[in-house]
Amino acid sequence: MALGAKLMIADTGCCNLASVRFAFARLGVEALVSADPQVLQKAERLVLPGVGAAAAGMVALKAAGMEAMLTSFERPLLGICLGMQLLFKMSMETKTQCLGLIDGNVEALSAAAGPVPHMGWNTLEFTEGRPGHDPLLRGIEDGAYVYFLHSFAAKVSAATIAKTDYGMPFSAIVRQDNITGCQFHPERSGAVGAQVLQNFVEVAP
Amino acid sequence: MLAKRIIPCLDVMNGAVVKGVRFAGHEIVGDIVELAKRYGADGADELVFYDITASPQGRRVEAKWVERVARELDIPFTVAGGIRSVEDAAAILRAGADKISINSPALQNPDLIDVLAAQFGSQCIVAGIDSFWDGAEWQVKALTGDPDKMQTTKWRTKDWLVEVQKRGAGEVVLNCMNEDGRRAGYDCVQLSAMRALCTVPLIASGGAGKAQDFAEVFAKTNVDGALAASVFHKNILSIGALKMELCAQNIEIRL
Repeated sequence: MALGAKLMIADTGCCNLASVRFAFARLGVEALVSADPQVLQKAERLVLPGVGAAAAGMVALKAAGMEAMLTSFERPLLGICLGMQLLFKMSMETKTQCLGLIDGNVEALSAAAGPVPHMGWNTLEFTEGRPGHDPLLRGIEDGAYVYFLHSFAAKVSAATIAKTDYGMPFSAIVRQDNITGCQFHPERSGAVGAQVLQNFVEVAP
Repeated sequence: MLAKRIIPCLDVMNGAVVKGVRFAGHEIVGDIVELAKRYGADGADELVFYDITASPQGRRVEAKWVERVARELDIPFTVAGGIRSVEDAAAILRAGADKISINSPALQNPDLIDVLAAQFGSQCIVAGIDSFWDGAEWQVKALTGDPDKMQTTKWRTKDWLVEVQKRGAGEVVLNCMNEDGRRAGYDCVQLSAMRALCTVPLIASGGAGKAQDFAEVFAKTNVDGALAASVFHKNILSIGALKMELCAQNIEIRL
């Protein structure tokens, strides 16, 4: 509980905020939800949720005055779904400039892969050499199913610790120093998702 | 690989889960949150809640039970029933639903799909379509929750399916009404025809009675998921046993 008390969720008015808060609550961790960057910058661990369009997401972040707080945040930060995509330099979804915390761009999934949005349970494939070192994957098996719901994704890069294939491989989980991102929804990914969130609270560096 | 989804559908009426045959003569099958948790534990990939009284009675689904479900459930769920505006949708999504499904209100006001997709993103906007074979065509019906108010619309199912995608629906649940509640198998002919016109995820609904019905709809129509109600509510088939059977038939399934 001591750790959890310092967990905060950035309120950008997006829709999966309640789900993320409830998922931590099921782990016995009460997160503080705030839209105030002054409050959020004191978080020991910070979650940036998000669903919807990148442009609207960035507008909401800027309107809340969160951009500078997020780019200078030095403790563990977890972006979920759109929240992860906003960590990159640019989203090709209406060519939106994002936070630029992680190298690379977010691109549209190809319709050749199958129906878009990519919706449903798909498998994680750990990047060789990375998982043994990454505390976020503690207790999770290579090949575990997690729930996706998205039309855009980041390519596999140096920051990728787990990828998923949907026509082409894309980044399912990324990490660069203190910054992590999940393209899937851990709050809706059953026991595997709960483990990811628990790892973020307990052991993420 | 992306797994095929098994989706129990819980028809909600006055705050309880009910099941009728061909949309009429409803009986209560249990408490919303209890059933939601049970299905989650059994391995359901997703749940759909249809407030079947909301549209005919001209009211929206209540946000209160949506939040109760969101607190307890760790898999995604969709809520449908009388969502007519951005405010209606926002209340349900804020309460913790992952997707909202619109059916009758979209038929009354097709622009609603565009507006909701623009506001919340296509990925959380599901179009529910109730399709009836009238002997000559697949025809879209509205207000199917109440037999006295049900209407035949001007839309052929094929045309409406294309229209809802053009307007921004991110998923389609196609309920084949002639099969609904009969437990005699999905309408693979109709689902194949509609799959060819559907570039977003397509969910089969209506007719599931045994494991082989699910195997058949996945093998023959390439739908992304299969929705079923009474076969699960009446314990005719457990989700665990169903998934083992589908796995044995080499269908990609999350166990």
